[in-house]
This record gives sequence, C-alpha cells and structure tokens, in this order.
Amino acid sequence: MIGKLLMRDLQMLLPGGRRGGTMLPLLFFVAVAVLYPFAVGPDAPLLAQTGGGVIWIAALLAAILPLDRLIAPDLELGVFDQLALRGVSEEMVVAIRVLAHWLSFAPLLLIATLPAAALLGLEGDTVRLVLLGLLAGTPGLAAIGVMIAALTAGLRGGAALSGLMLIPLAVPILIFGAGSLARADTSGIAYAGAFSLLLIAIAPFAGGAAIRAAREG
Amino acid sequence: MHGFANPKRFLALAKWLTPLLLVSGLALATIALVWGLFFVPPDRLMGETVRILFIHVPAAWLGMGGWTAIAISSLVLLVWKHPLASLAARAAAVPGAVFTALCLITGSIWGRPTWGTWWEWDGRLTSMLVLLFLYFGYIALAQAVSREGGSSRIPAIFGLVGAINIPIINRSVVWWNSIHQPPSITVGKSAIDPAFLIPLGVAVLGFSLLFGGVVLARMRALLAEIQTEARLRRKASGSE
Repeated sequence: MIGKLLMRDLQMLLPGGRRGGTMLPLLFFVAVAVLYPFAVGPDAPLLAQTGGGVIWIAALLAAILPLDRLIAPDLELGVFDQLALRGVSEEMVVAIRVLAHWLSFAPLLLIATLPAAALLGLEGDTVRLVLLGLLAGTPGLAAIGVMIAALTAGLRGGAALSGLMLIPLAVPILIFGAGSLARADTSGIAYAGAFSLLLIAIAPFAGGAAIRAAREG
Repeated sequence: MHGFANPKRFLALAKWLTPLLLVSGLALATIALVWGLFFVPPDRLMGETVRILFIHVPAAWLGMGGWTAIAISSLVLLVWKHPLASLAARAAAVPGAVFTALCLITGSIWGRPTWGTWWEWDGRLTSMLVLLFLYFGYIALAQAVSREGGSSRIPAIFGLVGAINIPIINRSVVWWNSIHQPPSITVGKSAIDPAFLIPLGVAVLGFSLLFGGVVLARMRALLAEIQTEARLRRKASGSE
C-alpha cells in the first residue's frame, strides 16, 4: 500500500508525469540565475561571491510555486476520504507525500544547480557547498511545503497566502544553508540538516491534522 | 476550564474585566512611561537613550507573549475543542503583531545611537523579525479561514508549528555571539539597578494588563459578530 501510494504521488508530482506535473518551478529556478547577472551586471568576482546566495533564494522561491498542486486537488477529489476508509492514516499519507514531493523536485533542482552555477561563474568549492546545503535543506523545504499546502488547501487565494506562511518557516534553513557559503565550511549545513529533520518530524502530524480539520469543516 | 466554555458566562465576566484591565493597564503604563521619561536618571553607559527601553522591553515581552498565548489557545482548541480558544488565539494575533513591530522599531531607534547601526543581522533581531512574519502569516490564514468558513483548527495548527520560534528567540542571545546583550534579568538575579528595574516592572505590568484588556475586547467583538450573523441567519430562515 505504501509503495503504491508513493508511486501514485510520484506520477502526479514528477515533471512530465501522467497527471501533469510541470517543469515550471525548475525553469523558474534557472531563470533567476539567468536574470541575476542582467540585474547586477556581468562582473565575474561579484557574481562568484553572491551567486551561491542567489541560488538559495531561487530554490526557496521555486519551492513556493508547486504548493497549490500538492494537496488541494486530492482534497477536492476526495482521495484522502477514500484512503481513510481503507484505514490509511492521514499522517502516513502526508509523510509519503513529503517523500514524493522531495523526490519530484530535489534531484532535478540539484542537477539544475550545475548550469545555474556555471551561469553565475561559481568556484568548484562554492558549488560543492551549495549542492551539499541544498541536499540538507530541501527535505525541510519539502516538509514545510506539504504542511502549508495542507493548511491552505481549499482556501481561495491560497498561493499568496502559502508564500507568506512558507517564508518565515524556511528562514532558518536559508540562514544555516546559505550561511555556510560565507564561512566556507560545512558546520552550517549540519544545522540546516537538523532543522530539516525537525520539520520532517512535525510535518506528517501537522499536515494530517489539517486534512482532518478540512474534512470536518 | 470548561466552566468558561459557555459564552454567556464568559461575556458576563469579560464585561467588567475588560474596562478594568484597560483602565488599570493604561494608568500603570502612563505612570511608568512618565516615570521613565522624566524621573529616571540617565544611564552611565547608554545616557538618555535608556528611556526607550521602557517601551522596548514590554513590547518584546508581549510580542513573544502574544504568540505564546496563540500557541496555548491553539493547543487547548485542538486537544479539548474549547470553543472560546480559537477566538482567544485570533484576538491575540493583531495586538501581538503590533507589539512585535513596536519592539523592532524602538530597538532600531535605540540601536542607532547606542550600537551605531539601525539594524544588525544577528540571532535576536532576525528571530524577532521572523516572529513578525509568522504573525502576518497567521493573521492572513485566520482571516481567509473565517471568511470562507473553514475549520478554526487550521490556524491553530499553524499557531502550534510557529511556536518553534519562541524558544529560539528566547535563547538566541545565549546561543549566538550577539550584539544584543544577554538576559539582564534571570530568576532571582538582576543586573539592572532598582532605579531602572522598578519603573520597568511597572511598565511591563501595565502593558500586559493593557494587552489582556485588548484581547478580551477583541474576543467580545468577535463573539458579537458571530451572534449577529447567527441572528440574521435565523431571521432569514424564519421569514422564508
């Protein structure tokens, strides 16, 4: 059952999947890296110094884009009600969805980081820190994303609201993940990973409770 | 606790408690501010700018206290389904956000002459700014939910999740080497001279009473709104 659910969620969320997941967040992510040199000028040392932070901001903003597709469609279709009747708890459903959401955007995001880093002219060490940091931080972003998607599912204007709610919760990941770039060591990445784990631990329960609350009205 | 779940009993209590808290809070806060502005000696290091702290400290306390109130009310709502808890959480959000903003503004004004900078990206200031954004998110979510008739447990879940930030703010000056000073007042010990400490205590008490009064007044307004809507609905269904 768990495997089937994961496969179903992946088919729904993966770009080019059966039910219309899109490449849009990834294109947006690369577009920010393309636009940034236009905005500050193609000064190589400046780009190399600030580019890592730009990639982090782009990843954070790209994480807001898919939020309205994560929970709301299934809530409308009554998928969660059906699963509840089959005896699958909402917590389990949300935990699987966090995993599926992470699998559907993080590996592609890490791959897209390479061309983005090349466009910004980042050094090899910086690229390594950015990749490690994103690897530690994206699970937390996925957990926040699914949690917020569950809270705002079914509300009109949910997209802007989701962004407003996601940003403060994601700030610690950004501070520690991107902070490691300034100090050029991996200590901040460990903190970003720790915060990610905390959010992954909270998300199934908060998200599950939100889905139940939405059902009971 | 469930004795006050009856809105009627709550309203009877809130009716005389609201003006009492508002008036006594306003009086104490005014006394403390006048005291702090005109009668406290200038600080040895900070000089005259120390007077800003008589607003800054209560504002910081109530900014964090506001979210603590939201978190506790949210827990009470989720666990015991207490009907007034969601109103209490919604009522505490706006005054909490106002005090958080006031804390950041007064801190910034105080920081310019004292630290030589309006803003410093350190742990305490950043986590307080995050708190302000959490308030904005909570207020927007609670409004959207009540406008569209969603479950009041939705904002409560966000209120509980956002409570992670409160211990981070509280410990931030200990965990990070901050420009903000470490806690001056700990249990049973104070690094502040009584000449400053007593008016500061009065200010904190006064603003806290004021906060309680505002929350009660807003809860009464929210209850009145619900009652009017229910009455209108009854009338509409009765005339059909």
